[in-house]
Amino acid sequence: MNQFITAILTSLSSGAIYALMSLSLVLVWRSTRVVNFAQAGQAVLTTYIGYAVIQKTGSYWIALVVAVISGALIGAIIDRFFMRPIFKRVTSGPIVMIAPVVATLGLLGIIQAIIGFIWGLTNQSIEAPVSNAGLNINGTVVAFSLFNLLVLVIITLVMILLTLLFQKTNIGLALRASAYSPEIAKLSGIKVDAVRTLGWAIAGAASGLAGMLYIPNTYLYPNAMDVLLVFGFIAAVIGGLDSMAGAVAGAMVLGFAINFSTTYISTTLVFPTAFLVLILVLLVKPSGLFAAKKGRSA
Amino acid sequence: MSGLVVQNLTIDHGAIRAINNVSFTVPQGQLAAIIGANGAGKTTLLRALSGLNNAKSGSATWNGKSILQEKPEDLARSGIMHVSDGKSVIAELTVKENLALAGLWRKDKADVAKATDEAIELFPRLGERLQQSAGSLSGGERQMLAIGRALVARPKLLLLDEPSLGLAPLIIEQIFQTIKTLTAKMNLTVVLVEQNAMGALKIADEGIVLNLGSVVAVDNAQTLLNDPAVRAAYLGF
Repeated sequence: MNQFITAILTSLSSGAIYALMSLSLVLVWRSTRVVNFAQAGQAVLTTYIGYAVIQKTGSYWIALVVAVISGALIGAIIDRFFMRPIFKRVTSGPIVMIAPVVATLGLLGIIQAIIGFIWGLTNQSIEAPVSNAGLNINGTVVAFSLFNLLVLVIITLVMILLTLLFQKTNIGLALRASAYSPEIAKLSGIKVDAVRTLGWAIAGAASGLAGMLYIPNTYLYPNAMDVLLVFGFIAAVIGGLDSMAGAVAGAMVLGFAINFSTTYISTTLVFPTAFLVLILVLLVKPSGLFAAKKGRSA
Repeated sequence: MSGLVVQNLTIDHGAIRAINNVSFTVPQGQLAAIIGANGAGKTTLLRALSGLNNAKSGSATWNGKSILQEKPEDLARSGIMHVSDGKSVIAELTVKENLALAGLWRKDKADVAKATDEAIELFPRLGERLQQSAGSLSGGERQMLAIGRALVARPKLLLLDEPSLGLAPLIIEQIFQTIKTLTAKMNLTVVLVEQNAMGALKIADEGIVLNLGSVVAVDNAQTLLNDPAVRAAYLGF
């Protein structure tokens, strides 16, 4: 029974981290139709910035805030000074779809190289702000710590805030309108380019938060977030790529599948499970479990 | 010169010359119908006036200010609202949210609320469906929503692209009448692009006939409507 409850709890907390990453990818995809491979680089760079802040101040919480803010800034800068010029220059031919995506791959390499240059390639670690040891339930130590619980609470709060932002505010309406139909948004007087940059900033902040919440459970190195990029991307595809609720649900499906298969079958099944779930979803419902509903065509 | 002045406008659509040396004037407060068959370049012309397409040469001014180099969102904010074809609503948003789009950037929130109420009064069916997604609306209702949204911005120049496209005759009649009423009531200047030449000329002050990217006739709408040569050659009725 303990094993079962632990599996549920770890599924939730790892699913929550996948959800942040998946949400970042979906936000960028919705607003600019770019699969942003650089998201892993942005996330790990902001986590290194957080690491540097911890070295200076000793406070995880100050580092967390700085990381989230710098994540937003880095996202905005990448869109404004890197992606937007590419969109302006590449306007026709098959390269239109590919150029921005390849550009993000290049950016990922550059960011990771810069990190290696500044901080070196060896593993660093960030200590969790609360106990990272497994909780003791009825005398047995389970694979779920106080820090995991904290991660779950923080991400749940962030999800609620993001939902309110998108559904209840004018900025959220502008973000959604610009994502669904940039042309109609422009014709309505919305500055779509600026709104897109804001989308990249929110995505950057979310992935920065993902890094700061994920790294205390492992080590910090330039490629540390690559695996989360893969899981986040799988979760986004499961969720239909366009849907933010879908991204979160897809991440939870993935979190549960991975944790249950590793708990009950074999700990070597992390990646096979993730890809098996992806392939099953693509076979059964290629548009994703939560693909946006289209209106009637008449 | 107040109003819309288009002079020697030429627009290329890829390798094709879509609009060739077109000139016309729409005085403030007037309703001009640009008519012509499919492929005459009507939509291309309208998209250039709202900043969506680039012109190759020529000029277009609204109340003396050039509008050709401006971004669509800036033109919209200055009162030039383009209701594009294909029933331009965002299907994923609710009716209420669609209406709100054109008021998001406006400072005078009290007037946004007032303009929204007026749009709903004008099209009561929108009022009954405020919380529904725009994707669930019929073609006619979508057209009402698209025009209603434009009105929330308190436009001065309204560019309407094929509002009658794909609608039932009764709805077309209603939409056209509404456009005519609006023009007078709100002192709007309207450029109405239409394939439905008869319906458009009936409500317009002036008619501009476009054929293969060139202006072939400009005249009082009634005169055009009754000119047998124009009717036979370009209007097809």
